[in-house]
Amino acid sequence: MTDPNSPPASLSQQVKIPESISGLEPVRSVRSPIRLVYDFVPSPPVQEYLRSYSKKKILGHRSPIDGAVFVPPRGVDPRHGVLIEESVELSDRGHVGNFCVTHLPIPGRDDLDTPYVSAWIHLDGASVGFLGLVAGCENDEVHIGMRVQAVWKKEEELGNTAENILFWKPTGEPAVPIEKAGNRAWDQTNE
Amino acid sequence: MSELEEPLRAELTVEYPFTRTTGTVIGAFMTGLREKRLFGIKRSDGSVLVPPLEYDPVSSEPLTEMVEVSQSGIVETWTWIDPPRPQSPWDAPHALALIRLDGADTSMLHAVLVGSPSEMRTGMRVTARWKEERVGHIADLEGFIQETEETDS
Repeated sequence: MTDPNSPPASLSQQVKIPESISGLEPVRSVRSPIRLVYDFVPSPPVQEYLRSYSKKKILGHRSPIDGAVFVPPRGVDPRHGVLIEESVELSDRGHVGNFCVTHLPIPGRDDLDTPYVSAWIHLDGASVGFLGLVAGCENDEVHIGMRVQAVWKKEEELGNTAENILFWKPTGEPAVPIEKAGNRAWDQTNE
Repeated sequence: MSELEEPLRAELTVEYPFTRTTGTVIGAFMTGLREKRLFGIKRSDGSVLVPPLEYDPVSSEPLTEMVEVSQSGIVETWTWIDPPRPQSPWDAPHALALIRLDGADTSMLHAVLVGSPSEMRTGMRVTARWKEERVGHIADLEGFIQETEETDS
């Protein structure tokens, strides 16, 4: 048997390339895009969540075990494996828990001008963050703990979608201290 | 949510624009396709794997001796595809077959381009049909067609 730690043949031994192609520029890579088109039907809690967006409301789910609030609502508390039925309406304000400045364009997202900032937005009243874009300030002004609020689409453009929130802009309020920002506060309560 | 409300649904697309590096062995196979040639790789017992693998599937030993095989072979088994899926490289109904090329000991999956399943049978002889423009991709091989005296080479 071959030692599994030995390098591949193409590195350790000379692969004998037939003469008819040995002098040619070899193929070194192939494009193999993967694409899946599917019909998405959200679960009942997510249906309710998406419909609420058209009224500019953000819904969460409150755990019956310890009152933790999840957004988006999934109908369960995944930590305890229990069903959640209690919905909570959340504020459209919160703070940046973590963020990332992206300099490379995403194929298929020509609407995103680089560099842009994506962030985990921790809404007031929510125990977990969810993903959003931060704009309305310079990218280098974005920081962990920065208070933000949703910038919604115009009334006539609202649909049953999270895309109703165009981005999150700074409110100018005092920042959440870094040790309490994002999931850091969550970790402390649970220790 | 009202019981009578139609559920929301949306068509979503997940897409990854991968570029895969081929390595020496698969790279040589792809280079061959660009040159209208089919290559396999020899195992220690002399049998030939087409398409080639970098390692022996039984002993795991590295394989290094690439050999050219024929562009013609036999259909070992097949199924009829009608209609092709939207992302299929083929627009028209066709057979997908395991084809064992002359000089090879394994079969490769590719299309047999015939008009109807009545033209297909296990054991039939087929030969490669190449695209005019080739880039070093499996799709350079447009498919296989029935071997006739004309196509026989």
